[in-house]
Amino acid sequence: MTAASFTTSDVRADAQFRDFYDLLKPRVMRLVVFTGFVGLLAAPTPIHPYVAFVAILCIAIGGGAAGALNMWWESDLDSIMSRTSSRPIPSGKITSEEARGLGFALSGFSVLMLGLATNWVAASLLAFTIFFYVAIYTMWLKRLTPQNIVIGGAAGAFPPIVGWAAVTGGVSFESMLMFALIFMWTPPHFWALALFTRSDYDNAAVPMLTVSRGRKVTRKYILAYTLLLTLLVFAMSFSNLGGLIFLVTALTFNLLFLKGAFEIWQRSEKDSERDNFLVERKFFKLSLSYLFAHFAAIAVDTTLMMFGVWSAL
Amino acid sequence: MSFRPDHELHTRRFGRNVGLGIVLAAFVALIFGLTVVKITEGDVSRAISGATKNE
Repeated sequence: MTAASFTTSDVRADAQFRDFYDLLKPRVMRLVVFTGFVGLLAAPTPIHPYVAFVAILCIAIGGGAAGALNMWWESDLDSIMSRTSSRPIPSGKITSEEARGLGFALSGFSVLMLGLATNWVAASLLAFTIFFYVAIYTMWLKRLTPQNIVIGGAAGAFPPIVGWAAVTGGVSFESMLMFALIFMWTPPHFWALALFTRSDYDNAAVPMLTVSRGRKVTRKYILAYTLLLTLLVFAMSFSNLGGLIFLVTALTFNLLFLKGAFEIWQRSEKDSERDNFLVERKFFKLSLSYLFAHFAAIAVDTTLMMFGVWSAL
Repeated sequence: MSFRPDHELHTRRFGRNVGLGIVLAAFVALIFGLTVVKITEGDVSRAISGATKNE
């Protein structure tokens, strides 16, 4: 290549290390790491702290790899939606081929390392999680069904199961409960977001419930899922995962969450537009602390039970 | 003879190369740590001397 042939387009394609990191969806990765860690901590058998660290790292890298593959496949959608237009591929910093390469390489690396560090049940579950998120959700069902968020929620719910399996080598009722908590939480969380980012999903022609079934139905669904979530969480309070802290957290957050869902259900579009979706935005913010608080409560209760301070309810 | 100054391209890629270097070094450290733990369950000196946990 001569100096003259070195053009502006070459400069634009030259990504920095930070851009590759952004490709791994670091914000989503934080949730994956936290819930995976709680799954690992709540497991009844001990694990060497260093092996636990490697397991969490592998879960995080696996989650990041799935994120990179999602960005590769959805770069056309990302460039349309304002929320995602600054991601590394639509902004021209990284090519979709680079994202695909990184995604596949990190998927293989994370699964292999998790298998070597812990066991092959956990590694298989991590591989299945990546496959489910990329192939079943991103490639197949996201653009096909209005229940896309419900299905996508399953992929995001796997980390505590993987964390638990990394310690015990299997799946149990308790790890399934943690899975169910994230699975039931995801739809109200994302549908609230979809209510106040309407134009984005409309433009991208993604069959979000708000687009395909209408906003009134979405409000009803948010309330229905929140009711089911509340029932699940109270059932969890009396399982091996539940302790005093979990019960207090469940009481506080579920009352607030139910109140928010009920208000969303009662509001009309005119009410929401008048205050720029204030209630929906508050509900979305609350949903973030809701999940964090419940998993933190499991972690605290488990630790206190481990030191014999108290037993499960 | 003097060295030519780096092309601007190399200056921009420096950060990326350093990042990759750190990742590779971390990977080596990760594997070493895991080897130590797997062989001796955390005893570095025993791992270096080649002893296993059964000895």
